[in-house]
Amino acid sequence: MLSKTVSTKIMGSMRGFPSHRINYSTSSVNVVGRELIKSRALEKDELRPLYMDFQATTPMDPRVLDAMLPYQVNYYGNPHSRTHAYGWESESAMEKARKQVADLIAADPREIVFTSGATESNNMSIKLLEETIRPETSLVSVMTVNNEIGVMQPVEEIGRICRSRNVFFHTDAAQAVGKVPINVSDWKVDLMSISGHKIYGPKGVGALYVRRRPRVRMEPLQNGGGQERGLRSGTVPTPLAVGLGAACEIAQQELEYDHRWVSLLAKRLVQKIMSEVPDVVMNGDPEQRYPGCINLSFAYVEGESLLMALKDVALSSGSACTSASLEPSYVLRAIGTDEDLAHSSIRFGIGRFSTEAEVDFTAEKCIQQVKRLREMSPLWEMVQEGIDLKSIKWSQH
Amino acid sequence: MASCSKTQVILLYKMLIKECKKLPSYNYRTYALRRVKDGFRENLHDDNPKSLDRLLNQARESLAVIKRQASIGQMYSAQRTIVEETGVHRDI
Repeated sequence: MLSKTVSTKIMGSMRGFPSHRINYSTSSVNVVGRELIKSRALEKDELRPLYMDFQATTPMDPRVLDAMLPYQVNYYGNPHSRTHAYGWESESAMEKARKQVADLIAADPREIVFTSGATESNNMSIKLLEETIRPETSLVSVMTVNNEIGVMQPVEEIGRICRSRNVFFHTDAAQAVGKVPINVSDWKVDLMSISGHKIYGPKGVGALYVRRRPRVRMEPLQNGGGQERGLRSGTVPTPLAVGLGAACEIAQQELEYDHRWVSLLAKRLVQKIMSEVPDVVMNGDPEQRYPGCINLSFAYVEGESLLMALKDVALSSGSACTSASLEPSYVLRAIGTDEDLAHSSIRFGIGRFSTEAEVDFTAEKCIQQVKRLREMSPLWEMVQEGIDLKSIKWSQH
Repeated sequence: MASCSKTQVILLYKMLIKECKKLPSYNYRTYALRRVKDGFRENLHDDNPKSLDRLLNQARESLAVIKRQASIGQMYSAQRTIVEETGVHRDI
């Protein structure tokens, strides 16, 4: 039975600062928690934090921007205009981009539909198949590479099973495209979502791969002028499509080189941290993964406080799409991570433009801050004394 | 083989490195330098004139891209990153 002061101190230290006023009913902690990391613009001369959040989004490759700019300046025609040079040159650029996307995943250009992003592609895949679904058909939808822990699914195996049972197979490959080799025929994938801003391309564009043989019949989500073979009406934004195409072409060329670099940096980061700090767990399968997404749980340290302490590094504790809520990651819960470890997790993203200096800086800061936060934690103190935390009977006051 | 003499290759390499150093963004600059060095190193022992021609053309195109992007970066510059100021780690 712990005294009230010790319990309060524990809650306080879990958040990284002494908090005499916080009572430990979970609802009020959540309300306060949302305000902890306040958003603010950087000062003019303030140094920018290092970017280590490549799963949230990626910077555009300069080569991509270079390819897009002419279409933002002079070649501004509508690609669906059939009667003049502005239309023809825009259409030709769009079709070239379509081929670049198709080549990356070993598909036919006629199987690529431009969309506004992977989210739209995902919605399209599911809603449109609902129209053609008969009682005996169904859809399997799987993420190729998970955005929170980096784990890669056995897609070839899944594809084989789906094909043999006559079931549609959709995969969201946003985090996988351009990072691991993809072949939609080998994988027997029927539908695949692609996102531009995850592969050093522009935001606001993506693609959906729709298999032609055997044909996947779909009803359009968005109706209008019948563009993209009627599957997705709306003027295709040529500059964005060109950007996506260029990003895909670059990704194909640089796939091996980037993979080697990212693996090297990832190994360096993990080894450095784990050699200096005990009780660190890497979430997700150690073998079947994309190396650039590293999710570490630091026991006895609260995730949000560590993020706040690492203010010079742009990191996240879970995916950006769910960062507004303070709930622990659904992914970590699904892989069976303990509740307290799930709250202690940080996701490190490494990409094409990451450097050794950034990795070293991040590792050093992380080690420093984890040690500091643990010093303040009575839980850590108890563990050092050999007390098994799981044997403690906490009681309400 | 006058189109791909050793001096030409070295000149192109030096020009590329010079332009890469002008990229204002720390991450783009370090990537470009690394990629150019590794790219040239990888093809050090390539003897085939056709592939050498192709590679040199690629290098010339990259030089043009880097020049343009360096200008754009300078026009739309932002603050420097933390790692550039420490002075302990210098990638360039």
